[in-house]
Amino acid sequence: MAEKSRSKRLMTIGGLIFLALGIILYFAKEPMGLNRKIYDLPIFLIIIGVCSALKGYMSKDKTEEEAALAGKTFAEFLTNNAILLAMLVLVVVICILQPRFMQIRVALDILTQSSTKLIMALGICFTLLIAGTDLSAGRMVGLAAVISASMMQTATYANRFFPDLPQVAVWMPIIIAIIACMVFGALNGFLVAKYDMHPFIATLAVQVIIYGACSLYFDMPPNNSQPIGGIRPDFAQLGQMRLFSGIYRGFPGISILIPIAVVICVIIWFILNKTVFGKNVYAIGGNREAAVVAGINVFRNIMGIFILASCLYGIAGVLEAARTAGATNNYGNGYELDAIAACVVGGVSLNGGIGKVGGIIMGVLIFTIIQYGLQFINVSPMWQQVIKGVIIAVAVAIDLTKYRRK
Amino acid sequence: MLEMKNITKTFPGVKALDNVNLNVRPGTVHALMGENGAGKSTLMKCLFGIYEPDGGEIFLEGKKAEIHSARQAMDKGIAMVHQELHPIRFRSVMENVYLGRFPGHFGVVDHKAMYEKTKALFEDLELDVDPLALAGEQSAAILQMMEIARAVDMKAKIIILDEPTSSLSDREVDHLFKIINRLRAQGVAFVYISHKMKEILEISDEITVMRDGTYVGTWPVTDSNGEKLTIDFIIKQMVGREMTNQFPVREGKPSEEVVLKVENVCSTARKSFQNVSFELHRQEILGIGGLVGAQRTEFVEALFGLRGIASGTITLNGKTYVNKSPGFAKSRGLALLTEERRATGIFGILPILENTVIAHQKHYAHFGVLNDSRRRADADTECKKLNVKTPSLNTLIQNLSGGNQQKVLIARWLLTNSDILILDEPTRGIDVGAKYEIYNIMLEQIAQGKSIIMISSEMPELMGMSDRIMVMCEGRVTGFLNKGEYTQEKIMALATQFAGRKDTSAA
Repeated sequence: MAEKSRSKRLMTIGGLIFLALGIILYFAKEPMGLNRKIYDLPIFLIIIGVCSALKGYMSKDKTEEEAALAGKTFAEFLTNNAILLAMLVLVVVICILQPRFMQIRVALDILTQSSTKLIMALGICFTLLIAGTDLSAGRMVGLAAVISASMMQTATYANRFFPDLPQVAVWMPIIIAIIACMVFGALNGFLVAKYDMHPFIATLAVQVIIYGACSLYFDMPPNNSQPIGGIRPDFAQLGQMRLFSGIYRGFPGISILIPIAVVICVIIWFILNKTVFGKNVYAIGGNREAAVVAGINVFRNIMGIFILASCLYGIAGVLEAARTAGATNNYGNGYELDAIAACVVGGVSLNGGIGKVGGIIMGVLIFTIIQYGLQFINVSPMWQQVIKGVIIAVAVAIDLTKYRRK
Repeated sequence: MLEMKNITKTFPGVKALDNVNLNVRPGTVHALMGENGAGKSTLMKCLFGIYEPDGGEIFLEGKKAEIHSARQAMDKGIAMVHQELHPIRFRSVMENVYLGRFPGHFGVVDHKAMYEKTKALFEDLELDVDPLALAGEQSAAILQMMEIARAVDMKAKIIILDEPTSSLSDREVDHLFKIINRLRAQGVAFVYISHKMKEILEISDEITVMRDGTYVGTWPVTDSNGEKLTIDFIIKQMVGREMTNQFPVREGKPSEEVVLKVENVCSTARKSFQNVSFELHRQEILGIGGLVGAQRTEFVEALFGLRGIASGTITLNGKTYVNKSPGFAKSRGLALLTEERRATGIFGILPILENTVIAHQKHYAHFGVLNDSRRRADADTECKKLNVKTPSLNTLIQNLSGGNQQKVLIARWLLTNSDILILDEPTRGIDVGAKYEIYNIMLEQIAQGKSIIMISSEMPELMGMSDRIMVMCEGRVTGFLNKGEYTQEKIMALATQFAGRKDTSAA
């Protein structure tokens, strides 16, 4: 009893201290001339303080036994949150080296860059949860980008993909692009569920097919493999619009991608935790044979998983096309590996059955923060690659030791 | 030979072993007994270096031994034959025997030497197996022998056998015992873990009993006056109380109403069940007896839609039934508790809650969205009713003992309100106390008007619980026995009806 209420109190009090410190600094930074030294640090402190205090205050009491089973020691706390802690250290180091990192603008940039990656990772996590994988994800992004962009060019653009296409409503190409992805997703699911093919092979085959099909489409006259440009502004807005920009001096606005990603996160969380389908996904990943015996229709659920995943890739692809106002058939190449890496760093088990939306969000953010941060302090891109690889290996190694405690 | 002193091991929240002692003398078979969850496996894992004990010491031949890995244990002459064998299915028997220590020079494997050595080894153990045959094609008994051969070849001084006979027929058990006796005469010590009392009294020299992670005591099987230990005495030590009855009293009789009628059902597989016919009455427990390989499991799995049926008719509650899929079987009121709890029953990494409601999930959903509080309430009542011992519904099912896991699985199928429960080896690998509880649950369900088909390889259970016994042999029904006319001999005679004939034709 004493143990857990102490950790709760610690969190609440810590949060309040952060909050107070933030408020003091906020009002003190102008008179003390700290503006160019700490930038938006006070606001971050306030946000962290409020979140931590609320979490400490709201967190549910665990029952006695659960608390005993959790048996939290400091060492365990370290292994459980090692990658998060390492990231915090890195962020602090970057902040010291380059105080400009402490800006709202930077935080928003990181969230914006994470958004499409997050949508992909949420799709791929379903395939990982059934101990599978999806190698076709990146190519589906490319397919959705090319299809949606090809129908969304301004009437006056010289190199139109469909020269005679009338001005269609924005939603139409989006739906077409997503449906195209879902068709290939269904093919993935069919190969896996019907023929018991390993998802690695099935999705590898489909990946190649998609790239070929997408290139054929992209190569159709009169386009002949020209990068698609001249995107209609109303479509580009989908990826470029900024909300609340300029509500105060210098505020860059919140990219529309952030709320889109948040909504999708909530939907996926709901599906995984509150629906029969979600429970079945965990069950099939946990023990496929037992799921069959329990009367779960494994075929239908696997089809559902791959179709839902491809729908998310499709959304990511459309957003990519809108954000960059263009598309080529090479869009999205290799994205699936980043998404898988983010999922794994976020605690999704490749053996299936284990994984949470919260962890995946964390995994994606960790990658973006580290990438952005390293760029910010001018670490060479080659070193960035090395560091990224090390993170994947270390994160998974730590994660696995959790399950292999003697 | 081996002495384990005051071994203590704590897992988060559980004290798995508390000052446990084990003293094994050379040239003896030492039985290690206790209910499931008593800590036998944990103790053996400490000995084999899979777990690190928190306290206590291990002595081998008088010297203190440090064992931190399975490799070290093997180097010190300890070998373990696990309950569930995992051979490399697509490699030959000899490669499995010499796995990890292939004979050869400079990394080049000497296949000929390996073949000769395996052949000699098998001849020594009177094992008639081609060393080049695929491991995946061998029976459980052969694989067991293969593991023992491996231990013998490693010059193991202590061999741990974990439930070695759970999937062996009587004849195979005899062969195993012959080998054990031979090795025992050569000075090899065995630690023998089993739930089968008769076997233990037959084969072992000494018995150590554990209960709830503590050491209860060690007794010689035959004391100085030449008197043998009794089964009742051992059970009393294991459960810590007197067990008067092995089976609860069955009240009432099956009704006349036929709920399931199976006529001339044949499998789609060539060597599986053929022409199975029987009637199941309401409130009846129909036992299915037979040896391993009698295709009993295959038959009930086919009934449940997991395997194909080529011909024959099935009538369920007066309507024709087709074994489309497990989901369909479920909707028609069938439930199947499978034989392999770990492989096809539990979702180890999921909590008890999910494991309980998984087959009944749709019942709690509106348009696919679940009502969490109703799920939890139902799982809670059902698990309480069946007396599942667990800290909470959020505990992962893999942390429960076998008996409690089985109760959760039964709870799963009781939730679906099934009319006919098919129980495949419902008490395999479960301790005595939990067995009795499961028998009670079965009778309660019968009293509520349900019917049960029970496959069991344990004769006392089959005879003690069934209202009627159907015996199968090599995929065919060889006879029915009514309550009152059961004897072990009659059942065995029916169960081996074709086996004898095959032997003569082979000879």
